[in-house]
Amino acid sequence: MFEAIAFYLFSAVTIAMFTITVMSKNALYAMSALAAGMIMISGFFFLLDADFLGVVQIIVYTGAVMALYAFGMMFFDTTREVKENIRAPKLVFLLSGMTALLLVIAFVAPIVSDHIEALYPMVEGVQNPQAVGVVLFTKYLVPFEVAAVMLLVAMIAGIILAGKKMDESLTLKIDDEFQEKGAQ
Amino acid sequence: MTLTGFVIATIIKIVLVLAVFSALAGFGTYIERKVLAFMQRRLGPMHVGPYGILQVAADGLKLFTKEDIIPQNSVKPIFRIAPIIGAATAFIALAAVPLFPEFEMFGVTIHPIIADINVGVLFVLGVMASGLFAPLLAGMASANKWGLLGAARTAIQLLSYEVVTGLSILAPLMMVGSLSLIDINNYQAGGFTDWIVWSQPVAFILFLIAGFAETNRTPFDLLEHEAEIVAGYATEYSGMRWGMFFIGEYANMITLAFLASLIFLGGFNDWGFIPGGLAIVLKVSFLFFFFLWTRAAWPHVRPDQLMWLCWKVLMPIAVINVVVTGIVLMM
Repeated sequence: MFEAIAFYLFSAVTIAMFTITVMSKNALYAMSALAAGMIMISGFFFLLDADFLGVVQIIVYTGAVMALYAFGMMFFDTTREVKENIRAPKLVFLLSGMTALLLVIAFVAPIVSDHIEALYPMVEGVQNPQAVGVVLFTKYLVPFEVAAVMLLVAMIAGIILAGKKMDESLTLKIDDEFQEKGAQ
Repeated sequence: MTLTGFVIATIIKIVLVLAVFSALAGFGTYIERKVLAFMQRRLGPMHVGPYGILQVAADGLKLFTKEDIIPQNSVKPIFRIAPIIGAATAFIALAAVPLFPEFEMFGVTIHPIIADINVGVLFVLGVMASGLFAPLLAGMASANKWGLLGAARTAIQLLSYEVVTGLSILAPLMMVGSLSLIDINNYQAGGFTDWIVWSQPVAFILFLIAGFAETNRTPFDLLEHEAEIVAGYATEYSGMRWGMFFIGEYANMITLAFLASLIFLGGFNDWGFIPGGLAIVLKVSFLFFFFLWTRAAWPHVRPDQLMWLCWKVLMPIAVINVVVTGIVLMM
């Protein structure tokens, strides 16, 4: 009974939050609703006894959404509404609606026709992190490593793009200039 | 235990934890003022009650009865929610912390932990990290430049320390082989020499440093650095909403002290002749005192210094520590 109550509660809150994310014109509402929705999703993992993935969901999306907030802070006045310039609202609505419908069909189809089975079912007595680790380092080893390399490439690219004059500290430079002026 | 019994026991535990820890958080402010006062050769609060001990009650009354001001241009719902996030996440994090050893009362074995999930450490750290949404949202919603600066500092603080916390705690977890705080505690059951702090001193120091950033304490209290940005994210807050931020902050300090004692300092195992329940209270009290001691002894750092420290010094040390631990474990 508790599981059913929790499931419907989390579903309702998640859908409400993501609706706000899409519909709201205020960047602060949208981002806060996104963060709340992401954290609510971890509830489903806990309901499915996937504690580890649930906690990873919380940790990863806390950091990720926090970075998004930083961008929001730099680009918008977050206490004002953002004016969106949509030329063809009907087209946008149609395209995004169709995409969402396609995604739902693609994910629901195997469940409806009962063609879904666990290739790597849970072994009794193996804890969550171990189970994730085993699958990650056997079946999904190549995607895992490729993702790691991609992140490394992105990080190096980011450092090179942002890292001009990284060896000089802006604040220290200002301090030195002040001291030179003081000495004169 | 039946389902009804389980539900009732859990609700009693939740109410107890909420009541005790909000009281402790209030009392923490008194302790902090007294300790700081003695370190600076002052007396601290002296007038309300013996040695000023009723100052807590007076401050509480003041906070409850103060007018709750919400600025005109702020984003009002988020401005209202932010302090609640701060206090709530601090207490949710406590749900997965085993506070004391098991004991028997009225013939029933009582586990002093609200939710015994087997990824306890990660849950506590993750929820504490999401608690930083409170100052972030508060600063961004309050339509105040100091508040916005505080929010910006929150973001960089989270992105700086989180990596260090995770990597520093990884090495002891590799030794124990479990993410459950109870397993980690039982790993150190052999007494004083079995404490993980002796085999992982580097990880302990890194974890403490990251913990200071996580709980927003001096030397890393950038978010409300009163000398630079007035009160940072809390500039526009007053009354009970302001108070909730600080209940959250002190509850987080206690949670972090519990985590450090459980992971590194032998947890609630018996310590010589001291029973386990008392031992963990002593360790937590010492760590809490250590927070205040550091505040009295060290100056603030700048945000760029914090980022430099976390990314260029602490993170490489933490990675080296993990690699060395891995090599030693393999051999």
